[in-house]
Amino acid sequence: MTVKPLLEVKHLKKYFPIKGGVFGRPVGEVKAVNDVSFEVYEGEVLGIVGESGCGKSTTGKALLRLTEPSDGEVLFEGRDVTKMSSEEMRKMRRDMQMIFQDPYASLNPRHNVGKILGEPLLVHGIGDKKDRAEKVKEILEIVGLSGDHASRYPHQFSGGQRQRIGIARALIVRPKLIVCDEPVSALDVSVQSQILNLMEDLQEEFKLTYIFIAHDLSVVKHISHRIGVMYLGKMVELSSKDNLYREPLHPYTQSLMSAVPEPDPDLKKERIILEGDVPSPSNPPSGCPFHTRCPKVMDMCKTDVPEFREIRDSHFAACHLYNEEEPAGQQIK
Amino acid sequence: MEPTSPSKNSPFPGPEHQEPQTSVPAAASPWKEAFRQLIKNKLAIVGMIIIGFFIFIAIFAPLLTTYTYQAMSAADRLQPPSSTHWFGTDDLGRDIFTRIVYGARISLMVGFFAVIGALFFGSLLGIIAGYFGRWIDMIISRIFDIMLAFPSILLAIAIVAILGPSLQNALIAIAIINIPIFGRLVRSKVISIREEEYILAAKAQGMKSGRILFHHVLPNSTAPIIVQATLGFGTAILEAAALGFLGLGAQPPTPEWGRMLSDSRQYIQSAPWTVLFPGLSIMLVVLGFNMIGDGLRDALDPKMKS
Repeated sequence: MTVKPLLEVKHLKKYFPIKGGVFGRPVGEVKAVNDVSFEVYEGEVLGIVGESGCGKSTTGKALLRLTEPSDGEVLFEGRDVTKMSSEEMRKMRRDMQMIFQDPYASLNPRHNVGKILGEPLLVHGIGDKKDRAEKVKEILEIVGLSGDHASRYPHQFSGGQRQRIGIARALIVRPKLIVCDEPVSALDVSVQSQILNLMEDLQEEFKLTYIFIAHDLSVVKHISHRIGVMYLGKMVELSSKDNLYREPLHPYTQSLMSAVPEPDPDLKKERIILEGDVPSPSNPPSGCPFHTRCPKVMDMCKTDVPEFREIRDSHFAACHLYNEEEPAGQQIK
Repeated sequence: MEPTSPSKNSPFPGPEHQEPQTSVPAAASPWKEAFRQLIKNKLAIVGMIIIGFFIFIAIFAPLLTTYTYQAMSAADRLQPPSSTHWFGTDDLGRDIFTRIVYGARISLMVGFFAVIGALFFGSLLGIIAGYFGRWIDMIISRIFDIMLAFPSILLAIAIVAILGPSLQNALIAIAIINIPIFGRLVRSKVISIREEEYILAAKAQGMKSGRILFHHVLPNSTAPIIVQATLGFGTAILEAAALGFLGLGAQPPTPEWGRMLSDSRQYIQSAPWTVLFPGLSIMLVVLGFNMIGDGLRDALDPKMKS
């Protein structure tokens, strides 16, 4: 792609200190996000997948500075958000919104829907009282609720309806980028597809850019254009959806893909079952973070950190298997 | 299960009809809902009637009695209750009913201002400690701990001893000893609410911390504060009576219930009505506030909702 990226993330790091002892001095660090770089282009949906604790949610929050990144750059339309003053950042949030995972926890129980949706407009100085009420009504209808739901309170809605409110809240200021932090994982399966379709339609209608964080591969496959796979605070593979599903390069991605259930029971496929547990992010393994569980581990994996680089056309991976010019992965298989 | 199927035929974008709607009619705010819960609670209603009654007699005190609370009459000393003196008279021949009625003004006033004062300063300190954390929290919390380490009445006595005995100083002392109770409550509430996802969402929307604090954190912390304030009303009245009993509160001839108790305690055998009615009044007012407080706690507790 030759288009200029909307968002460029360069060497993003987020370390949480582990405090110990009498005086609460830091005795170690949890490397939740450890040197992650990627780009997001306007109008695309970038999916980020990974198992629990791999740092995908922290990445999403660090992008919006909801948790302060420890290091790295986040360039939004060329401006580094990590260096902005709090007031600049506050204004910037109009363009970068977030949809939260838990629709039960992310809406203020004491505010009615009209206030929940009107407040983002108010704090960004959009419209007068009448305009705002109209915009709230309009957005409620866009997300599939009714305009007179504005006077109701969150507890009067179901999970799916609440998530629609959460989506409306992110959408109402017409942002350019929305970080969706597992927006459907707290919902019933029957409701998930409705919300996903809604998000997909909104993305097309308003030319939105999503960073879609999820742990469900089928959900991510449905909505994303490109997908990044994270493991232990690092991005191990990033590619277009089709390439990633057709030909996963990184052994971790390959094992993830083999775990996706097939609807056809006659189709036999080889499951790659990983041994052991995810290592602690406070004490990540040397070299490649995946070497402790990798079925194709080599000696150099234990000492050298693989570089995250473009192996094929727009297909990035961090794995020593592809060190030669020619893709060597096939031969090893 | 196949959430990925492009189910364009599925009922999009309609709401999820399969999920039952709540039976609550539209626009029942959490406060209205709590009020409905409260008036269903019989004990709370009894409490409200008791307190309403005392507020009524406090307001209309001069209309309810033909005597004045300080008029002495040597001829009418220690009269038992009769049609002329409903609650009898004390050792100086003063009409006890009149003194009880005027005393209600004092007790309610002490309760009100002590609670307001403690609430205001306690909440302020609690918010500061809870929201800013770190060393500010450390200092404020340790001060609270020190204050709570003393028995509250002892601390109140010490404060009155410094300021000098008077009703006003007793009120100040009661307000001060109640500050850490409100302060700790508000602090803990602010700390827990601060971590809620909707606060993060408010930040993600681009709200300033002042707005987050006063529009999001504080309204969600009010329920336990209201309950504590109601219960604190009773405690404050009790503490005022205790200080009055010790001669550190209202000075004669102010008709303060605690003071009336201590002035009459030597006649408890010969003229029990002199201590019965002030004691009963204190008990009823405290009981009334506690019943309302308990009712409010049940009504405002989100866990009680089905």
